[in-house]
Amino acid sequence: MPVYKAPLETMRFVLNDVLNVSQLSQLPGYEQATPDLMESILAEGSKFCEEVLFPLNQSGDQEGCHFDNGQVTTPKGFKEAYASYTQGGWTSLSADPVYGGMGMPHLWNLVFMEMICSSNMSFGMYPGLSEGAYRAILHHGSEDLKKTYLPKMITGEWAGTMCLTEPHCGTDLGLIRTKAIPNGQGQYEITGTKIFISAGDHDLTDNIIHLVLAKLPDAPEGAKGISLFIVPKFLVDTHAANHVTCGSIEHKMGIKASATCVMNFDTSIGWLVGEPNKGLKAMFTMMNAARLGVGMQGLGLAEVAWQNGFSYARDRLQMRALDGTKYPDKPADPILVHPDVRKMLLTSKAFCEGARALSYWVGLHLDIAEKHPDSIKRQEADDLVALLTPIIKAYQTDMGFEIANLAIQIHGGHGYIREYGVEQYARDARIAMIYEGTNGIQALDLVGRKMSQNYGRLLRRFFHPVLEFMTQYQEDETLGKLVVPLSKAFTKLQQATIQIGLKSLKDPNEAGAASTDFLRLFALVAVGFMWIKMAKVAQDKLIAGDTDKTEFYQSKIKTARFFIERMLPEAESRYRMIMAGAEPLMSMTESEFIA
Amino acid sequence: MKIIVPVKRVVDYNVKIRIKADQSGVELTNVKMSLNPFDEIAVEEAVRMKEKGLAKEVVVVTIGPAVAQDVLRTSMAIGADRGILITTPLPTDLGGLEPLSVAKLLKSIVLKEQPNLVIMGKQSIDDDSNQTGQMLAALLNWPQATFASKIDVNDSKTTATITREIDGGLDVVACALPAIVTTDLRLNTPRYASLPNIMKAKQKPLETIDSGSLGVDTSPRLKMVGLTDPPKRAGGIKVASVDELIAKLKTDAKVI
Ligand SMILES: Cc1cc2nc3c(=O)[nH]c(=O)nc-3n(C[C@H](O)[C@H](O)[C@H](O)COP(=O)(O)OP(=O)(O)OC[C@H]3O[C@@H](n4cnc5c(N)ncnc54)[C@H](O)[C@@H]3O)c2cc1C
Repeated sequence: MPVYKAPLETMRFVLNDVLNVSQLSQLPGYEQATPDLMESILAEGSKFCEEVLFPLNQSGDQEGCHFDNGQVTTPKGFKEAYASYTQGGWTSLSADPVYGGMGMPHLWNLVFMEMICSSNMSFGMYPGLSEGAYRAILHHGSEDLKKTYLPKMITGEWAGTMCLTEPHCGTDLGLIRTKAIPNGQGQYEITGTKIFISAGDHDLTDNIIHLVLAKLPDAPEGAKGISLFIVPKFLVDTHAANHVTCGSIEHKMGIKASATCVMNFDTSIGWLVGEPNKGLKAMFTMMNAARLGVGMQGLGLAEVAWQNGFSYARDRLQMRALDGTKYPDKPADPILVHPDVRKMLLTSKAFCEGARALSYWVGLHLDIAEKHPDSIKRQEADDLVALLTPIIKAYQTDMGFEIANLAIQIHGGHGYIREYGVEQYARDARIAMIYEGTNGIQALDLVGRKMSQNYGRLLRRFFHPVLEFMTQYQEDETLGKLVVPLSKAFTKLQQATIQIGLKSLKDPNEAGAASTDFLRLFALVAVGFMWIKMAKVAQDKLIAGDTDKTEFYQSKIKTARFFIERMLPEAESRYRMIMAGAEPLMSMTESEFIA
Repeated sequence: MKIIVPVKRVVDYNVKIRIKADQSGVELTNVKMSLNPFDEIAVEEAVRMKEKGLAKEVVVVTIGPAVAQDVLRTSMAIGADRGILITTPLPTDLGGLEPLSVAKLLKSIVLKEQPNLVIMGKQSIDDDSNQTGQMLAALLNWPQATFASKIDVNDSKTTATITREIDGGLDVVACALPAIVTTDLRLNTPRYASLPNIMKAKQKPLETIDSGSLGVDTSPRLKMVGLTDPPKRAGGIKVASVDELIAKLKTDAKVI
């Protein structure tokens, strides 16, 4: 049976010691968001995840969702867990108080999301999608729509979905065919078929509020002709069914307890959200949040996978240590003694803790961007979030799958067997690299939009603090050893940035060809930066004589070293691949591919 | 009706405890601490009585260091109305504050607060003494009903009927109030605190009293000689016949 314990100690370290999140309570509107309240929420939230959600993870995977007569039923226990989730008020944690939310920081929500994804990613899809829909209405809906829909979405009585994908288009939403015809009474009749709709139908709530992308009759071609609509499953005033039906559910590799639905809209009544033809733009403003959420899925699964890998590595006795027997009283040594097993575990640990620091850092800026009284500070924070969001989404989900894969490897043959539960993490993790914009699209977002936006202003929001930090500590006796390799990687990142910029002016394929390697290079530098920051804090604590936790801080310093010495070197190879340019990819003709 | 629920901060039940190298006690540095599970059940029971309109106020009391107030906050997030922290410099687990001292400190609070009912855990999972409730009842000269799996307070709130879990089955007793009731595991399943209640708990009153000011002698009467792990279980053996088994039970195990 798999195990999960929320890593509260390292979470606290990042939140309190590295990021100093007590600053949140100084922001107007966050007066109540004090560290002791955060502590209670972490404690209660982790208890809920460990005791209620985690035990349903394996059974939910094995049972899957059911589809009978157009109705979707979630696996055993999900309905009760959802009820206790909403009764606990968790759906409202960082929702707007104007509509009944608790108004707590987005960062806290992000931390809680990590725990949910570790304990039961499929379950997390339901409130996760609702939150996306909630946000789209909050930012773009009229006051009337907000009053009608938000309060019950915040309490969790109603759920939500995001209906974008159609059979012939996923990435290229400009191609959608779902139609919206004005009905002459201020509403629209929506007709069309959406596929792959997460939480499209289920038995958890009384109503489901669909956010649907559709085209008005006179809409321009392509992405500029798409509008966003609210289409409830049941009409709010009459409770009448709104001709929204689930055609079937998909049978899929992972997240089996999350219903992935074909949704048919047949002259269903819809309400326009935001302006006509600006639907895609409206979607994008809330996409950052959703993409960060998917990044947390990668991290959450990596965390639970490696916890299990570690506990197995301590127990499993196979072979003797290369440098001599460590446990003579046992028939063999635990596999934790073997260098290759350690490498897999340390890769996992270094990723999880480094990515956690990066995600929470960005989460903190999400709050600063929203609440800081100084508009310049808000803008700066918003820039940083925009820049790092595709990196968090793509890097953390690539790695989420990779770490889950390592957990299987650590378990040997038992990892491939269902009983231990780790193969599920790999299956569940795989989708996060695909939806909410594939990781390839994230990389294009980074090189195509974020990099050049406002003449590189977004980049400077990251480059400047990194540079400043490195200059300050490169001479430091202990930290210097870590800073030097990081500054080398950082230089490569800067050079790559310039080269891609220049080359893609001549040939746009250059940007596309470099994109995923560039994103990885960027991620490695960003996580390396977080690790050195953590090592710095740990070192300061040790110097200050915080001896109760000596082992904890030493572990941080050693993991920082591992990251810098055994993971950051990948930056070098990525740099060389970027520099090789588009030619090796583009010179192959279509017929040469099969020659 | 007013209910007092004494609660204790103990090593979390999930923690695999380790004994300190010098055998002076259980290692508590960097160990997760939480509300004693039996006490959590007691708080839940009191809060349910309040929700049913039986009780007006639920007061939680803990004795311990300043950080012990987190179990008061946890209890208030479940629904208790206010908290009292009695600070003590002594450790509260083995070798520290003894059940008798705890009972005496609680007695002074009970005399001050005049509750109609005290509901408390039957034992704390750190030292498993299972004494405080009984001692408190004796010191107050109140009736006691221990190991409760069901508590029914009558409408006039003058008596209660308690179902107790005993080795042979269930024992039903009636007692006059005020009384001391100690909880067993099956009394209820505590709820998960909701977010709004966690936030409300931060605003609820919490009074701190120095144990020294209560005029109770808390000096230890017991001396802890040492604390060791139980001996590791030796491997079993297979016997070839019933006769051999009987012989071994007689000569080796000396049980028959
Ligand atoms: C389990 C599950 C849940 C989902 N939930 C939802 C949901 O709730 N709502 C919703 O609307 N959709 C949902 N989706 C759909 C998902 O968002 C899409 O599958 C995804 O956006 C990719 O679209 P596609 O499948 O059409 O792939 P395609 O767009 O056909 O892409 C195929 C490949 O081509 C690459 N590619 C495409 N264009 C480019 C380009 N310009 N440059 C480089 N590479 C490119 C892609 O990266 C990908 O590798 C879900 C899908 C699944 C499987």
